[in-house]
Amino acid sequence: MAKLIKHQPHPDEPLNFLKEFTQARIALGSAGSSIPTKPALEFKLAHAHARDAVYSVMEVETLADALEQFHLPVLHLYSQAASREQYLQRPDLGRLLDETSVNRLADQIANDGIVLILADGLSATAINQNAVELLQLLIPKLRAAKLKLAPLCLVEQGRVAIADGIAAELGASLSVILIGERPGLSSADSMGAYLTYMPKPGLTDDSRNCISNIRPEGLPVAQAADKLFYLIQESLSRRLSGVALKDNEGLLPDK
Amino acid sequence: MGRKLFRFKTIHHSLITTHQKNMYRHTILGKVYSFGSLRELLAKASPHRTGDVLAGVNATSYEERVAAQITLSDVPLTDFLNEAVIPYETDEVTRLIIDSHDKEAFKLISHLTVGGLRDWLLLEETNAAILKSIEDALTPEMVAAVSKIMRNQDLIAVAKKCEVITRFRNTIGLKGHFATRLQPNHPTDDPRGIAASLLEGLLYGSGDACIGINPATDSPAAVLKIVMLIDQLREQFDIPTQSCVLSHITTTLELVIKGAPIDLCFQSIAGTEKANASFGINLSLVQEAYEATLSLKRGTIGQNVMYFETGQGSCLSANAHFGLDQQTCEARAYAVAKRFKPLLVNSVVGFIGPEYLYDGKQITRAALEDHFCGKLLGLPMGMDICYTNHAEADQDDMDNLLTLLGVAGCNFIMGVPGSDDIMLNYQSTSFHDALYLRKVLGYKPAPEFEQWLLRQGILDDDGNILKGASERLLNKTGQLWLS
Repeated sequence: MAKLIKHQPHPDEPLNFLKEFTQARIALGSAGSSIPTKPALEFKLAHAHARDAVYSVMEVETLADALEQFHLPVLHLYSQAASREQYLQRPDLGRLLDETSVNRLADQIANDGIVLILADGLSATAINQNAVELLQLLIPKLRAAKLKLAPLCLVEQGRVAIADGIAAELGASLSVILIGERPGLSSADSMGAYLTYMPKPGLTDDSRNCISNIRPEGLPVAQAADKLFYLIQESLSRRLSGVALKDNEGLLPDK
Repeated sequence: MGRKLFRFKTIHHSLITTHQKNMYRHTILGKVYSFGSLRELLAKASPHRTGDVLAGVNATSYEERVAAQITLSDVPLTDFLNEAVIPYETDEVTRLIIDSHDKEAFKLISHLTVGGLRDWLLLEETNAAILKSIEDALTPEMVAAVSKIMRNQDLIAVAKKCEVITRFRNTIGLKGHFATRLQPNHPTDDPRGIAASLLEGLLYGSGDACIGINPATDSPAAVLKIVMLIDQLREQFDIPTQSCVLSHITTTLELVIKGAPIDLCFQSIAGTEKANASFGINLSLVQEAYEATLSLKRGTIGQNVMYFETGQGSCLSANAHFGLDQQTCEARAYAVAKRFKPLLVNSVVGFIGPEYLYDGKQITRAALEDHFCGKLLGLPMGMDICYTNHAEADQDDMDNLLTLLGVAGCNFIMGVPGSDDIMLNYQSTSFHDALYLRKVLGYKPAPEFEQWLLRQGILDDDGNILKGASERLLNKTGQLWLS
């Protein structure tokens, strides 16, 4: 009972102390039967942030400038989804490169290294805020391990599987796509990383490994970079990715 | 109904069929619209939604859609018994539908077309008892077909006449009552995190449909921990409700066999054998789990032990829709549910995302269709009134849908703290939402649960929430909060 005594319930909202145990929206109080004004507007604000994230745009120039530090070619690519509205309704188009992008990739010299891809996904905000920082930690590790790198790719209106087409065009042996995840009410900036060994069009998600919820309040970038580096090494040495890779390592997240 | 009928389509309607078999036609202003099969006709008659466009089965103009609806309205119900939308030989859901069709009960409506069925359903004389008598005479495809030529108000008006009552430790689905599934999810299954949301929900009068948790980890040990937690609280406070942890059916089955206190057995289901296979289930596996759960005999006033979830788009997302539209696929899932006499069937309507249901309008329409189709087939339909952050929808859309479903007599909805499910990352209905609906429509909780709420001093006689109950309940759960 020690804890109960320590947390004297507030007379208006005796359940306040339960907030310590969960991030759920509990102990909101009520106005009549309804949610009071303050928490109602807090909810609305969280939803506004998530909506803005869905419609946010990748800051391509800023990102390209920042990526110069890695001394790798940077390719700016597009999927076949012509607008955000179409992107949301036609995930199939978000997985395919448009013609200009295919030609741009075809002009590159084939490279059997690792291709690192940044795509807006469902939250460009997540990429704008987290991607460069993660690469700053990851790329030096890859270079120290003497791993070959393909050109860096920035993709607009992209879904995860667009990495397969990019990697196939470049002849890359492994792809890592950093992509904005579907924003939650309190996680508009959440980034995912998907790794695929020997990527080629037609693969499904069970061929991939995923690290999810990369953001300051979720999985911090430094930890994500460590996990990714570990995964890349394992994937290359065991020549596989996906379910088989996941099953053998407690370091990796469940999802 | 034998399988022979599927090989020979023998019945033609003079107005709409030509000499060609399996061809439906209608002419508008000199333009001939042809539909090669019932499957194609159903898809093109479907109200617009993104999932059907994604599947490439939709009508491509407003006129074509209405032409399909007019054509469909003239199709005799008997056509649905003679032409399977997915072959009998290759799909166990089709076999289930055809083999369980009640030919005797069908005589009452066997003369009707789809359009005639709509008019007949809307008649004053077609009351709850008559609707009950044709539950097994209708196939999911017939019900899906008629829904496609009904407006939202038709879907509400007919569903409202149906009464589907189920029982385990309380009675759900009575007219004038309306229940909630208390959904106290936590992203890491933390017992105190779950308990905090659970207690709060009870104090808002939520939880008569069940206390149901989506586990973050689907291992038997993790699921058992949550099962024990809810069961302990339910026993301690003698709550007349049932618990459920929404793990995969194989996990639940394993726990049932070990004698864990499992009240309800959960599974997500879909409308084709292939889609169900993608969920890792088939009918015989569900049958096994159903029988095992029944054998525990934990229900006090009834033996409805199954809880199913469905949702438009699940077949397409498993690439297992066979050219069918997503609403017809959904209705076929209800045939699967029905076989196992569930306590609860929940269409998780807006969870799947905007590539299937784009906005509030599409989500609302789909929810009313699902509720109508399920009720007409005799299922205890509830609805997870919900949306994701990439859908064009917000709380106002959910308020509208909640009110419409309340009017339509929906059996239950979800109760999530502040509408924000922090484990599944989507927005559903809150504890407060259920109170709003009870107030504006004068509904009460399940009677046994209502008595409990009164005894605990959580509710007053007018259905208002009393503040004083929380401290009494909290004091009794003291040790729960110590680490």
